[in-house]
Amino acid sequence: MSIAEIQKQIEEEFSFFTDWMEKYEYLIELGKALAPFPEERKRPENLISGCQSRVWLAVDVRDGVVFFLADSDAVITKGIVSLLIRVFSGHTPQEILEADIAFIDQIGLKEHLSPTRANGLVSMIKQIKMYAVGLSVAGK
Amino acid sequence: MNAYILSLRDCFPALQQRVYGKPLVYLDNAATTQKPLPVLSLLAEMERGRNGNIHRAVHYLSAQCTELYESARKTICRFIGAEHEHEIIFTSGATAAINLVAFSFGEAFVKEGDVVLVGEAEHHSNILPWQLMCARKGARIRVLPIDDAGRLRIDLLPDLLDDGVRLVAVSHIGNVLGLVNPVKRVIEMAHERNIPVLIDGAQGVVHEHVNMLDLNCDFYVFSGHKLFGPTGTGILYGKEHWLEQMPPWQGGGDMIASVSFAGSTYASLPLKFEAGTPNFIGQSGLGAAIEFVSALDRGEVEAHLHLLTQKGMTLLQEVEGLTMFGTDADQKIPLFSFSVEGVHAADLATLLDKMGYAVRSGQMCAEPTLARFGQTSLLRASLAMYNTDEELECFVTALKKVISMLR
Repeated sequence: MSIAEIQKQIEEEFSFFTDWMEKYEYLIELGKALAPFPEERKRPENLISGCQSRVWLAVDVRDGVVFFLADSDAVITKGIVSLLIRVFSGHTPQEILEADIAFIDQIGLKEHLSPTRANGLVSMIKQIKMYAVGLSVAGK
Repeated sequence: MNAYILSLRDCFPALQQRVYGKPLVYLDNAATTQKPLPVLSLLAEMERGRNGNIHRAVHYLSAQCTELYESARKTICRFIGAEHEHEIIFTSGATAAINLVAFSFGEAFVKEGDVVLVGEAEHHSNILPWQLMCARKGARIRVLPIDDAGRLRIDLLPDLLDDGVRLVAVSHIGNVLGLVNPVKRVIEMAHERNIPVLIDGAQGVVHEHVNMLDLNCDFYVFSGHKLFGPTGTGILYGKEHWLEQMPPWQGGGDMIASVSFAGSTYASLPLKFEAGTPNFIGQSGLGAAIEFVSALDRGEVEAHLHLLTQKGMTLLQEVEGLTMFGTDADQKIPLFSFSVEGVHAADLATLLDKMGYAVRSGQMCAEPTLARFGQTSLLRASLAMYNTDEELECFVTALKKVISMLR
C-alpha cells in the first residue's frame, strides 16, 4: 500500500468513532500494542526530547526500503507514534520525502502536532524526513 | 458551596466559558490567572481611546495615562508595604525583574570567584539569569538544598553563607512544590552576614500577605498575570540604596536626565530602570487588579484557600498510586504536583483537557526540582481563590477516571 492509501485506511478506521473518548481509547490501545523498542537502541542520539513527553526513533534500511522503530514514555503519544510508523515504514526514502501527512488533521489530532505541545511528535516527523533526505542522498 | 466565593467567581467572565462543550474547570492558576471585570473594563477603555504616551506630552490623554500608571505604582507600593514609591519598578514580569537584578546588581557588585546562593526548587527564571550573570562575571552558583518534603534546608545556611556569597535568590513559594518557604528566616540569616536577598514572589504575592518593611528583603519580584492582572506586567521591588547603586539595565527613552554623544546622565528612580515606552496600559490594569484583590474580604478568601488546600491534600492522597511532591501540610498552598504510578502526566493532562479540566503537565520550567525527585514529568493542579471545592471534587473524580482509562 502507498503512503496515501495507508493514510486513507487510518482515516476510515477513525471515522467509526463517535466521541473523543472512543478515539483516545483506541490511541491508548495502539500505544500499548506498539512493538517494543529495543532497550539497547534507547541511546541519546535516538531520543527526541519534549517538555511533555519523550520519543525515541530508530531507523533500519533493508533492500532500499526504510523501516522505523519508535517509542514514547507517554501512551497517547505512543499511539500517535504507532500511526506515524504505520504510515512511513516500508517505503523508499523518495516516497517518504514526497509524502504529505494529512491524516493527523483528518482524524482530529492536529492539536498534538502543535509545536507548543512539545511532545516530540513534530520533531519526530522532521527527523523521519531528515533520515529520508540522508538516505536518498546516500543512495544516489 | 460558599456564597462569597460564588459571587467572586461572577467577576471573572473567563470562568463562565465552556471548552469542548463542557464547563471549564480552570486549575492552571500557577501558570496564569483569569482577570476580573474591573481589569477587563479598564484595559478595554484604555485600548479604545484613553491612550496617550506617558511622562512626555502635555496633552490630555498623556496626562490621563500618566496618572493611571503612576497611581498603579502607588497602589502596588501600598499593597506590598514598601517604604517608597520609587522602589517600585515596572517590568514585563517576574522574569524580566530577575534579569534586571542579575544584570545590574551583577555589574555593580559581583566579581570573579563570587557566589550566588540559589534555592534547589526554583523556577528556571530564578536560575538562568544567575547562570548568565555568573558566566559574565566568572562567578558561580551554589545550591541551597531542599529536603524530601520539599522544605528549604535552612539548617545548612550557616555553612553555605560564607564570605564569597554576594546574593541569595529563593522563591517565596515554589511553582512545583507549592510550599511557603521560610523566607523571613533566610533573610535574617543572610543579613547577619550583610548578604542581600532576592525573593521570587511570582506565587508568593498571590497567596501570602506580603509586607516589604516586615519581610526586609532587598529585592522582591512578581508578575501581574499570576495576580489576576494583565499579561506582560510585573514588578521589581528593590531597596532604594541598592537600586541607587545599580547601573541601568536597558537604555532608551524616559530613563535619562540628559543625552549627548559625549555621554549621558540617567533619570532618578524609578525611571532609571524603565527604558522605552512601558506597558502603561497593562501596568494600569495591574493597579486595577491589585485594587480588586485588596478590596476582597481577606478572611473569607484565606479560609477558602485553606479549605481547598486541606481538601486537595486529602482527596488526592487517597488516589491509588499517586505520589505528591511538596508534602509539608503546614506550609502548603492549593498547588498540587504529583505523579501517578504507571501513567504519564502528559497522558493524564491530554484526557483531562478533553473533559474540560485545564491542568499543567511536564517539567513546569523547573527541571532541577523534578530531577531532585527523580521525575521527568509531573501533573500539576493549581487553584486560585475563585475555584470551588466542588470543582476540586470533580477534578479528583475525573482524575480517577482517566487513570483507569490509561492503566
